Amino acid sequence: MDDVYKSTPKTLFDKIWDSHVVLENDDGTSLIYIDMHLTHEVTSWTGFEYLRDTGKLVRRTDKTLAVPDHSIPTINQAEGINDPIAREQVEALIKNTEDFKIPYIPLLDIRQGIVHVIGPEQGVTQPGSTLVCGDSHTATHGAFGCLAFGIGSSEVGHVLATQTLIQRRPKNMKIEIHGKAGAGITGKDIILSVIGQIGTAGGTGHVIEYVGQSINDLSMEGRMTLCNMTIEGGARAGLIAPDEKTFEYLKNKNYAPNSDHWEKAKDFWKSLRTDEGAKYDKIVSLDAKNLAPQVTWGTSPENVAPVTGHVPDPNQIENNQERNSVSEALEYMDLKPGHPINEIGISRVFIGSCTNSRIEDIRAAAEVAQGQKIANGVSAMVVPGSGLVKKQAEKEGLDKILKEAGFEWREPGCSMCIAMNDDRLAPGERCASTSNRNFKGRQGRGGRTHLVSPAMAAAAAIKGHFVDIRDFMA
Amino acid sequence: MKKFTQLKGTAAAIDKINIDTDQIIPKQYLTAITKAGLGKGLFHDFRYDMNDDELPDFVLNQDPWKNAKILVSGENFGCGSSREHAPWSLNDFGIRCVIAPSFADIFFNNCSKNGILLIALSEKDVNVLMNDAKHPATCSMIVDLLDQTVTRSNSSTIQFTIDASLKYRLLNGLDDIELTLLQSDHIKVFEEKQKLSHPWLYYGESN
Ligand code: SF4
Repeated sequence: MDDVYKSTPKTLFDKIWDSHVVLENDDGTSLIYIDMHLTHEVTSWTGFEYLRDTGKLVRRTDKTLAVPDHSIPTINQAEGINDPIAREQVEALIKNTEDFKIPYIPLLDIRQGIVHVIGPEQGVTQPGSTLVCGDSHTATHGAFGCLAFGIGSSEVGHVLATQTLIQRRPKNMKIEIHGKAGAGITGKDIILSVIGQIGTAGGTGHVIEYVGQSINDLSMEGRMTLCNMTIEGGARAGLIAPDEKTFEYLKNKNYAPNSDHWEKAKDFWKSLRTDEGAKYDKIVSLDAKNLAPQVTWGTSPENVAPVTGHVPDPNQIENNQERNSVSEALEYMDLKPGHPINEIGISRVFIGSCTNSRIEDIRAAAEVAQGQKIANGVSAMVVPGSGLVKKQAEKEGLDKILKEAGFEWREPGCSMCIAMNDDRLAPGERCASTSNRNFKGRQGRGGRTHLVSPAMAAAAAIKGHFVDIRDFMA
Repeated sequence: MKKFTQLKGTAAAIDKINIDTDQIIPKQYLTAITKAGLGKGLFHDFRYDMNDDELPDFVLNQDPWKNAKILVSGENFGCGSSREHAPWSLNDFGIRCVIAPSFADIFFNNCSKNGILLIALSEKDVNVLMNDAKHPATCSMIVDLLDQTVTRSNSSTIQFTIDASLKYRLLNGLDDIELTLLQSDHIKVFEEKQKLSHPWLYYGESN
């Protein structure tokens, strides 16, 4: 540490950003070095097309990792991809990774899965590093104190060719979550309530650092869920300072520092904390103590209420545009103002996505499902986030518990989070989903999505309507 | 990248907030590996019914807005996913400028790499242009990037601000990648230094 470093207190974000600036441009943008670039089939092909057209190479194949996840089926993967267009897209990814010599995790590999699940599992998500992916939920990796953000396809090409990005320095935002969250309250409930508070544009232009006891208390899985949905609050990235849980998670992972470097890396990681007196541009505080499980009722993640609450009444909203947007959401969702949240009935349940498909999520669902049966007329599926999650869950017998309760047990992929494959809602179907976006039509045209935690989704499957998981488990 | 200098044409109003990228271009268009034809999918669920027939009520299905080149919309336009299919579909449809009170970050970046100009104006100014765009007699506008003005049909102008470097790149249609490759030496120096201080990040070499 030099003197300047000591005398100017920095946030965690400042530290990572400053140590990755290759050049500062006159116009206030910076050229930022990227330590890891994850790619998948949907957003990478133009990048490769560009390289081919202009005769360029990938600058660092060792800092690039590719996996298919978005458009693949989640049943009978061994039989290949039926949809010819999706197959062509995955085949293009395979060809591109072969031509440009990029490490590729094939569909049937045990390491395959949703790009934001496999990054941490492979240990490419490291504290103090920069990571990008052509996908907005790259924010997930911030759970490790890794500055991670989603980029567009042109930027994918930029990273492939130069291992850098041109970026304007985002602002610092701190979200303090005080108090101890009660039993049954998960990272999902915390982040949904944060978004309810700051709105979907509340974090625009910022990187959010999460601090406070309930953040420290979260497992790495819970932290990933929290950071994952940071993008739903409009921010580019979420960050949580690494601690012993982080180091423990990373130990012995494929790409993690080996024994030659482990101690040195850990010492460095421990320095990744916001300095006393460092300045944030915006601070938001929230108390986790009285937080109830959250359920979204509308078509934007900010349309959220506690399970103990009611669907809001648009007539009580002053702002014109907001009132219209709430009315429109309620119409789309076919909900009446004042309707109790726990009386909303569902017919589909989706447990999966990069938000909630990790082992802890599957365990939470299985705990609820143990010895129960899903309600008549409900169909429910569980889609593990990766082959490794699937294997671990099967080792613990969670698949059996879930199947006995009537849940379908699928193969890893994005599945009904984005409905690019056959997993989708029919028009008018209502779904309790552990994914991250309840946008109109996201899970299938005309489909109605309610975002909840895995335990809340599993309980809804069993009861056929939302229930307060705290009562359910009592 | 296509240059952006001056754009004269019809503006269409989509008077909603939080228009997300799933609404701009839904997932069924994401499996293709070509940009051509994406304009057909622009605002798909607003534009077509379940049988893929055009919905006559939607502005882009009506004259003169069928040929809109400019869009006026509410705050937080482009929120949601990072799909660059959103600007590609706007481009393919022929829309090269969106005016709104605010835009989502990734969408903003994506547009700026595809020669689409995003103009953030005050709520008040947006409302003026929104009203103009709603009526056939006033929906024609001129967007001038050099002067940083939007000229209304009554010849009055509204000034907008834009980042100087973005303006330069749009005006000249410059490709970021080529510009960055000119800095390769600096990138190399950075890597050499980082390899010493953080050797574990050089996965292939020193791990
Ligand atoms: S699970 Fe959903 S949000 Fe996550 S990467 Fe896949 S499509 Fe995107």
